[in-house]
Order: sequence, then structure tokens, then C-alpha cells
Amino acid sequence: MSQLIPLFVIIPLVAAFLIPIIGKFLDGFQKVLTSIAFLGLSVLTVYFLCAGPGEPLLYAVGGWEPVRGIPIAIYLVADGLSIFMLMITNVVGFLVSIYSISYLKRFTAQNNFFALLCLMMGGMNGVVLSGDLFNLFVFMEIAVIASYALVAFGIEKQELEASFKYQVLGGIASVLILFGVTMLYWKTKTLNIADAGNILRSSQDRSFVIFTQLFLITGFGLKAALIPFHAWLPDAHSSAPSPISAMLSGVLIKAIGIYAIIRLFFNMFTLSDEMAVTITALGAVSMVLGSFLAMYQWDIKRMLAFSSISQVGYIVTGVGMGMIILARNGDHRVAALAISGGLFHMINHAAFKGLLFLNAGAIEHETHTRNMKSLGGLSRSMPITASTSMGASLAISGIPPFNGFFSKLIIIIAAIQGKFYLLAALAVLISIITLAYFMKFQKYTFFNKPGARDRKKIKEVPFAMCFSMIVLAVLCLGLSLLIFPGIREVVLDPAVRVIMNASEYAPSITGL
Amino acid sequence: MILYLLCFLLFLIGLYGVITRRNVIKIVIGLVFMEFSVFLLLVLVGYVEGAEAPILDETIISGPFVDPLPQAMVLTAIVIGLASNAMLLAIAIRLYKKYGTFDIRKINELKG
Repeated sequence: MSQLIPLFVIIPLVAAFLIPIIGKFLDGFQKVLTSIAFLGLSVLTVYFLCAGPGEPLLYAVGGWEPVRGIPIAIYLVADGLSIFMLMITNVVGFLVSIYSISYLKRFTAQNNFFALLCLMMGGMNGVVLSGDLFNLFVFMEIAVIASYALVAFGIEKQELEASFKYQVLGGIASVLILFGVTMLYWKTKTLNIADAGNILRSSQDRSFVIFTQLFLITGFGLKAALIPFHAWLPDAHSSAPSPISAMLSGVLIKAIGIYAIIRLFFNMFTLSDEMAVTITALGAVSMVLGSFLAMYQWDIKRMLAFSSISQVGYIVTGVGMGMIILARNGDHRVAALAISGGLFHMINHAAFKGLLFLNAGAIEHETHTRNMKSLGGLSRSMPITASTSMGASLAISGIPPFNGFFSKLIIIIAAIQGKFYLLAALAVLISIITLAYFMKFQKYTFFNKPGARDRKKIKEVPFAMCFSMIVLAVLCLGLSLLIFPGIREVVLDPAVRVIMNASEYAPSITGL
Repeated sequence: MILYLLCFLLFLIGLYGVITRRNVIKIVIGLVFMEFSVFLLLVLVGYVEGAEAPILDETIISGPFVDPLPQAMVLTAIVIGLASNAMLLAIAIRLYKKYGTFDIRKINELKG
């Protein structure tokens, strides 16, 4: 079964290679190949998930065996957390590729779009699977360079400016991350995350570790757009074509930002109180400021982008609280609750924020505007878009029985049990503010009186776009089922276990 | 030691360029400076004083060897840097075509 792991990287990369060549002669090849490839990968992740937890699966690229217990091959590691992330990326990627079939009708250069989408997917799957620091960097660069090009895909003034800003900040982040990797290699003389973890655990050099951690957290914080590092996100995510916004907000910032932070700070570095507090503070600040900034936006996609910052703050706060409790040797059950709340919110956010960006794309597709002030009364002419976006808005603001309610509830309960009363109060307050600005979005877009424009021509979007939106809306409801123990044990618990037993990651890899 | 300091100086020059310059192309050059200072550090990490290239044959069997892994890493990193710089410059050219200027104070359609 571990022989199947490289497929997650190979299939998207091969698809990205074949699309520009064959797609030139065969019309429609790019759409079919991308959808089939992503569907296949989604099925493969579900298979991995159902095969159950157990030992992490290991694939040594090139078949190099460890020499005297030192791993020398490039490892691809599929443990609970990796499979959990793979599920998010591939399922959202599949739905986005279906949606793009119709959405892209008005763009030229469709081959390039689908090739870049596949490339981004290959990069993200690689980041999630890589058991090696330098390959994490390489795959991350593959994903972000593809995303730079995709943000600029419209090649109008705004898209180009957003892409340039994104590239300069992304470039600085990449330099900082590469610097961090260099420092780690200098100290530990290994690139394998597990092996480096073993060495760092036995070393006493605290100042070096903190120095490296600060560089890595700045780099990955820039990629995850935590506030003070968020300046590029509202521009980039609102300028990109809508399916790409859904990928960027729903998946990319999690796969290369938050996942990398979790993997490195739990499984490689020894947990330390200072870093845990720093991460939680970054998360809390993002959570609060992101939602306040979102309130003042009139552009639908900018509002959603700011809301992404806020929701990512929830995830980081949840995971960070667990980190603080573990670092202080507190109650492990509370820590597990906080971390599972964070991860639960991560998968929920992928579902509802992906859906909201697809809704915004559908609105833009029909009305050619994103400004809420000039929209209105769309609920009658676009019933499917209206109802799915209502579901997503309720989910993101935490109304039962949608999934967002349960994940926020778990985070808040964990915060109270862990005696973080301020964080619990903030989480409740921000949830109310989120409800406020999503109600504003609903009112101005779907329920107000129709604007001055001609409303006759507006009709529901084509089937392929509706299909993706409906599936994501069903997921928004269906993911609430993760609250039940039987389903949670299959999907969520293996990932939580990897994070909770952080120090067991290294021996379990090098021991194999 | 002096080499590491020069490497750090190169990084600071690049950072200064990115922060203070107003010209799009100069910002790109600043970023390239920052990237290459890290590449230089990566090569320095693998360097061992008075050591040989790690090519094993009959005459050279033991002795201090330089670390070949950072060299492989730096080659990969340079190729990645090439891709991202090409991307940046392509966007810079497109920006010039749309706005007719390289001045970032005049390229301000978005609020940030």
C-alpha cells in the first residue's frame, strides 16, 4: 500500500505535463484529464482513510535503505495528519476542477489554466507528504509559483498588481524558510524531519532553536497570511479567478502554511512554551482583526478573503491552545479537544469558504460585478446559488446544525476547560461579528430590491457549476456528522493522534 | 567569519532594496540579492577548511571531505529561484504594458 503514495505527486505532475501537449490537438482533453485525475486521487485518499490508522506509511524515493539507522533516502510519509490534509486538498480540488469547466468558457488559454491547477495540486500534495525539510521547500515553491501565475490569470491591471505583491511577499517568505532549513541542516546535518527531530531533542542549544523557529514561523506565517503578515491575501485572493480563489483560500494557505507549522513545531521541534504562546497570539490577533476588516468591505471576494484570515485565526488558535497545554504538561484530554477543534475547523473552512468563493464566482459570472451595492434580489433568479450560499453563510457564522457550529463549539469548550477565558470570549464575539457581515452579504446580494440593472437576463449558472456548489453545500451539512464518535475515529482521530503524540513521530519513522 | 558577515551584508542590501526602492525592476533585483545571499550561506555550510571533493578512487581513500549535499541543494534552489524570478519579471513587463510605468507609487489600484 505504501507503493501508492508517490501517485499523489506523480499523477498531477504528469497531467500538468500532458495537458499543454495533447490539449493543443484534442479539444476538451484538459478538462476531462484534470477532473479524472483529481477524482482518482480523491478516491485514493478515501481508500487510505478507510484502511484505517496504524503505522505511518513510508515510501523511500529511489529505494535507498537507511545506513546505520540514518535515513538517507527522500521519504514520503503518509500518517494520519498527511492523509487528513490530502483528503481536504484532493476533494476540494476535484470540485473546483468540475466548476472550472463551465466557469472558464469566457477565458482563453484553458490549457494553461488546467496545467497550472494540476501543478499547484502536485505541489500541495508533495508538501503534505514530504518527510524531508528541503523537499517540503521544493514542493512548496512548485505550488506557490503555480499560484502566482494563476492569480495573474486575468492579466488585467488589478490581477497583475495583486500577483506582483503576492510574489514579492511570497519571495521573502521563501527566502526566510530556506534560511531556516539551512540553519537546521547546519546544526543537525540531516534533512529528514524525523531524524532532525531526534537530534534536536537531545541537543541543549536553546538560543539556536529559538532563532531558527522565529525565521520559520515568519516564513510560514507569511504563507498562511496570519496578521501582521496578511497584506497580500485580500488582493491576491480577490483578484484570482473564482475557482482559484476557492483553492487558495480553501486549501493552499492551509496546506503550505498551517500544515507546515503544525508538522515542524509539533513533530520536529520540542514543544516550548514561548513558541506556543507566540503561535496562539498570532492566531488570536488574526481571528479578531480579520473579521473587523471584513466588516467594512463592499466587494464580495475581498470580504471573503478577509474572513479567511479570521477563520484561519480560529484554526491556529485552536491548535495553539493545545500546544500551550502540552508544553505546560497540562490535561492531555483538553489539549486533544483543542487540537481536534482546530483540525475540525480546518476541514470545515475548506468546505464553506470554497463554496462561498464558488458562489461569488457564480454571481460574477452572471452579473459581471462583485460590488454588493449594485447587486440585489438575486434569490429569485439564481435559486441554487442563493440557497447554497445561505447554507455556507450560516455554517461559517456558526449556526447549528451546520458544521461550523460544532467546530467553533469544540474550540470554545476547550478554551474554557483550559482556562483561556479571554480566548473563549473572543471566539464567541468574533463568531457574532462573522454572522453580522455574512448577513450583510446575504441581504445586499440576494434579498434587497433588484438594482437598477436589467435583471431579466440573469439566470442560474450552468450545471457543472451548480454541481460543485451543491456537493459542497451537502458537505457543509454532512461534515457535522464528524461530531459522532464512530465517524470521528475514522477521519479526525488519526490526525489528532499524530499531533498529540508528537515525540513518537520521529522514532516511528526512523525505526521503520 | 568574514565570509558569513559578507553574506549577511548581501542579505541586508537586498532587504534595503526591496523596502526602499520604488522601481519594480529594482525591487526584483533586491529580492534576487536576498535569495542569493541564502544560497551563498548554503554553500558555506557545506564547506570544510582544507578538505577535498568527495570523489572516492584508489588514491584518495580517507581524509576530510567537503559536504556534497548543500551543493546539490543549492543547485535545486537556484533553479527554483530562476523560475520565480522569471515569473516576477514577466509580471513586471505586463505591469509596464498596462500602467506605462515601473513606479510602484503609480501602480495602486488595490487597497491592500
